[in-house]
Amino acid sequence: MSGIIQVKNVSKSYWRDSIETSVLHDISLDIKEGEFTALMGPSGSGKTTLLNLISGIDKPSKGEIIINGADISKLSESALAKWRSTNIGFVFQFYNLIPVLTAFENVELPILLTKLSKAERKQHVETALNIVGLNDRMDHYPKQLSGGQEQRVAIARAIVTDPVILVADEPTGDLDKHSADEILLLMERLNKEFNKTIVMVTHDPHAASKAHVIRHLEKGDLIQETV
Amino acid sequence: MKIPLKYIMRNFMTRKLTTFITIAGIALVVFVFTAVLMMAFGIQKTLVSTGSDDNVMITRKAANSEISSIIGPDIQNIIRTLPHIATESNGNLIISNEPVVIINLVKNGGGVSNVTVRGVSPEIDKLRPQVKLIEGRMFNWGLRELIVGDAIAKRFPGAQLGSYIKFAGGDWKIVGIFTTNGSGFDSEIWGDAVQLQSAFNRVSTVSTVTLKLDNPENYDSFRKAFIADRRLQQYEPIIEKKYFAQQSEMLSTFIRVLGIFITLIFSIGATIGATITMYSAVANRTVEIGTLRSLGFNRISILAAFLIESLFITIAGGAVGIFLASFLQFFSISTLNFSSFSELAFSFALSPTIIVWSLIFAIAMGFIGGFLPSIRAARMNIVTALRAG
Ligand SMILES: Nc1ncnc2c1ncn2[C@@H]1O[C@H](COP(=O)(O)OP(=O)(O)OP(=O)(O)O)[C@@H](O)[C@H]1O
Ligand SMILES: [Mg+2]
Repeated sequence: MSGIIQVKNVSKSYWRDSIETSVLHDISLDIKEGEFTALMGPSGSGKTTLLNLISGIDKPSKGEIIINGADISKLSESALAKWRSTNIGFVFQFYNLIPVLTAFENVELPILLTKLSKAERKQHVETALNIVGLNDRMDHYPKQLSGGQEQRVAIARAIVTDPVILVADEPTGDLDKHSADEILLLMERLNKEFNKTIVMVTHDPHAASKAHVIRHLEKGDLIQETV
Repeated sequence: MKIPLKYIMRNFMTRKLTTFITIAGIALVVFVFTAVLMMAFGIQKTLVSTGSDDNVMITRKAANSEISSIIGPDIQNIIRTLPHIATESNGNLIISNEPVVIINLVKNGGGVSNVTVRGVSPEIDKLRPQVKLIEGRMFNWGLRELIVGDAIAKRFPGAQLGSYIKFAGGDWKIVGIFTTNGSGFDSEIWGDAVQLQSAFNRVSTVSTVTLKLDNPENYDSFRKAFIADRRLQQYEPIIEKKYFAQQSEMLSTFIRVLGIFITLIFSIGATIGATITMYSAVANRTVEIGTLRSLGFNRISILAAFLIESLFITIAGGAVGIFLASFLQFFSISTLNFSSFSELAFSFALSPTIIVWSLIFAIAMGFIGGFLPSIRAARMNIVTALRAG
């Protein structure tokens, strides 16, 4: 059975001042549903770029990306936006919460794009905040939260639409060890308990050790897979 | 628009100095804009309220103001023979044959200004019952006495109760002050038509004739009779209210056009201010824009969010400007009305239409000012925006 995420012969290059920079070269990879993958590699090796392609915020220069059976590299921009909102949960290194919105409102953002009623939305947000253990901080603004708490709110925002896939770009990169452990524990739980397929970019071997599979990128090539 | 309004509202509220400066700039421009419209409207209101619907004024066709109109005694007599002229209980026709001249008076704080002097006939209290004496008494017919409008008494130190005004080779005593509650007559001086005619050597010639209709609905048939009389073909009847409304048109249009032209120039500055403020908002929130886009919000939502935020700024500025301008209603000023070549006192007047136009003006500045920054926000590439952090 082929995986929920299939990257087939994908290349990506950027053009700047008519000079082509090749960032990913003919990458192929297959991630099974429910798998927890860590992407490792030195700075500039193309980890974020690969993650962006998988999550549908960037398009490959060559190749196909098939997620859940659909070739997302062929979707129009608006179809892709809609697809992202239901299929992908994003976790960023710097949490990327909206500072003027409370924890509740931040988590509510993605489901404003759905047809859910206000009451249903409230229920979803509370469930998500409950999973990350922050329902007592609903009315706090991001600046009233610790880094770890902010990242947990961001994770609640990522899972509130109940997406199949979570992508996380160095989710513990900005956290102290204690908070980082909490976040990793949460990721593991989301993977085991809620069967989320997770792709996590990290520099931290300890973080990567929580994953089932570790894939290494070097200068745009996939070099090694550790299971 | 999927982005919640509270996101826009709170971003608007949390902003600092630059936003307030922008709001202040918009407020200033809208204040001037509103003030100009209030001024033009005030002049219109003053002059429109001067005439009555049931009075007909007769002028010489070629004349574009009362002072340049001339009506001789024969014509005055023919007019008296026309149908539908109201009569007093004693049978007298309610007609006022009015010589109108302009004299110079010294204003408060120096400077000379033109003032309209109107001679009126004894039926005047029936013709213009809105005239109320607030001080002194009515002038005596046959004497060189005058009554002055309260706007004149306020502005000209030489035109007080009991003082004498020199013109046409004589001294005229002011014996009363009248008001018509803010109409153009408040900026006039009235005396006995016959006295003024002789003082100005006009014999029996007057400027205009104003008469009251027995019923305003009879105007058309009065007009028919007037036109039918070939001896009157150089003259023209017009409803008094309409005459003064027309007189207001030139001045109010001039003020509007000039004022709007000037405020449009000011508004360029204020709009650029809004643009700069919004560009900096977009720059500061680049990562936020990338985040919203990755969550699935489309370009239109981003465009709308920033455009609405820009509208918030200018509508806030507009509201402040209109609010401040509304206090101008308590001020009355005077200007030279170049339809009558004389000084006209009026108050700034606000109307719902003016408020709507001022808000439209503010919204236009917000829309134009916020447009380019919003486009920039909407066009951002998600990956690039996210990397901006
Ligand atoms: N928009 C772009 N235009 C040009 N070059 C780009 C662009 N985005 C990324 N790159 C280049 O692509 C390469 C890979 O970048 P990427 O961010 O994927 O690396 P990374 O593995 O995530 O690195 P890091 O660990 O520092 O986050 C880098 O050399 C980067 O400079
Ligand atoms: Mg990276």
